[in-house]
Amino acid sequence: MTLLLAIAAGVLFAAGIYMVLRRSLLKILIGLLLLGYAVNLLLFNSAVLVPGRPPLIPAGQDQPPAVYADPLAQALILTAIVISFGVTAFVVVLFRKAYAVVDSDDLNDMRCTDLPCLDELPGKRSEQ
Amino acid sequence: MTIVLPILLPMGMGALSLLLWKRPLAQRVLAVVSCAALVGVNAWLLMDVQQVGVRVVQIGNWLAPFGISLVVDVLSALLLLTVAVIALVVTLYGQVGIDEGRVRSGYYPLLHFLLMGVNGALSTGDLFNLYVWFEVLLMASFVLIALGGGRENIEGAVKYVVLNLLASTLFLSGVGLLYNLAGTLNMADLARQLPTLQALNQVTLVAILFLIAFGIKAAAFPLFFWLPASYHTPPVTVTALFSGLLTKVGVYALLRTFTLLFVQDVAFTHTVLLVMAGATMVSGVLGAAAQTDFRRLLSFHIISQIGYPLMGLGLFTQASLAAAIYFLVHVMLAKTALFLVAGMVERLQGTFDLKKLGGLYTRRLDVAVLFLLPALSLAGLPPLSGFFAKLGLVKAGLAQGQGVLVFVSLAVSLMTLYSMTKVWNEAFWKESPAQLMPTRSLSPWLWLPTAALVLLSLWIGLLPGPLFALANQAAELLLHPELYVRAVLGGVP
Repeated sequence: MTLLLAIAAGVLFAAGIYMVLRRSLLKILIGLLLLGYAVNLLLFNSAVLVPGRPPLIPAGQDQPPAVYADPLAQALILTAIVISFGVTAFVVVLFRKAYAVVDSDDLNDMRCTDLPCLDELPGKRSEQ
Repeated sequence: MTIVLPILLPMGMGALSLLLWKRPLAQRVLAVVSCAALVGVNAWLLMDVQQVGVRVVQIGNWLAPFGISLVVDVLSALLLLTVAVIALVVTLYGQVGIDEGRVRSGYYPLLHFLLMGVNGALSTGDLFNLYVWFEVLLMASFVLIALGGGRENIEGAVKYVVLNLLASTLFLSGVGLLYNLAGTLNMADLARQLPTLQALNQVTLVAILFLIAFGIKAAAFPLFFWLPASYHTPPVTVTALFSGLLTKVGVYALLRTFTLLFVQDVAFTHTVLLVMAGATMVSGVLGAAAQTDFRRLLSFHIISQIGYPLMGLGLFTQASLAAAIYFLVHVMLAKTALFLVAGMVERLQGTFDLKKLGGLYTRRLDVAVLFLLPALSLAGLPPLSGFFAKLGLVKAGLAQGQGVLVFVSLAVSLMTLYSMTKVWNEAFWKESPAQLMPTRSLSPWLWLPTAALVLLSLWIGLLPGPLFALANQAAELLLHPELYVRAVLGGVP
């Protein structure tokens, strides 16, 4: 199971990085989502996976059993999921706004911050 | 208890600002009061920590490795105070520098939450908690940078957001791998566990993941490209705040993790840091040389200046760490002041374009002086604060036999001086161009806070003793992690 999850996380990382490197905003968004899933799987895998043994102390004893599922890793994932949910919501709105303002979802059209804006160079836009 | 206040105060004030959504004036007043109170609290905290060394609070009274610890040592307290001072100055400046529209879209609540995130990141003693604070401050900064919604704003925000999210992802992966290796995320507990592990390679791998993640946040070479693409897009008040706080939190995270946790393979990790430091200095200053926009030029200098504290960290001696901490405080003050002056210049002449500016020396001598002092300090001319910081780094570098890096750092200082001279010539010294807009008047809200910041920067340069003593104490604590560990874990076996 651990190996399977590790492979799944690896594939998600690879796919996420590939998508983040694309030029289209939508694909970057998908890439960020995939990377988020990959990290969540990695966190899930970071504690030893023990099925069927909740971290509860049985009645009449003062210690949990020797092997039990680690709840901390799952708490970390929950936090990470909540944060990535909020961040994703913001990114969706930001990208939508970017599409509305720039009238394109291609990163190559978003050079205003580094080079002179395309609109400032007359005729450049129509050549493309 | 006091060490929770730097987090609670901005949080409460942020919530209060949200309640006052429809009353911009009340929000403005509240922000000034809140930041002034924060300066008081953090100054008190620094005095307290200076006596004790390390202050710890276990949140919810859970014992150390199990709950979240807040730990404030001298380094944290010093940076907390600097952050509060910058926040106060920028908030006063923002009374005029921030337009009504931005206030109505929630500038002040965001400012408070940004401060909460920065203060939290500076005072946490838990790696996962550090990730959460980073997200808090990033979220606030995302909105602050996109606020306004002009084309430049949004494009800058897209680049800023995507690269910083990538950094957070890498950071979180590192946290997961570290938890797998050591079974704990409490930094003090990690500092105790990591040396006992028989997995040097894995730890070094995680160290490099952290280096990349924090390197993106600190804008170190070759991970800085988001910064010059985004920092000049928001109003100069926001840029000044960002330049003073955000990248420096990244540097703080590097200082913390690479003195407390990742010290098993210093020969490798800290050499990587040294190479990064040199490349960061050079690439930043070369980028600045090509710029003709006041803010973009200063943005590249942020990158260049990040190299110096990294150099101090990479040398990894007490003298070099002390110099790095001193440098960090110096550059936070000087850089923020320079951005504020850039904002005043824009107010006066209506542009950031150095080619169109001119003649300010004869018209506004006061603004020229306000620019010249932090600019020369940044270049490292005696007797200003940058000189002592760089002197400390150079001495520490020579003591470690890093002649090449010392040469690079000095050459970069010279290039910085060239860059500052260029701004001086273009904006202040040369004849004003014919099509110059009429010089407008300058509100004292802009002038006075900037002057106060420049005076403060001057003060730590003319009287470097007290700050250097503090930096030295902080460096000593960094090099003796067992004190930190004992303070956090106490008697826990």
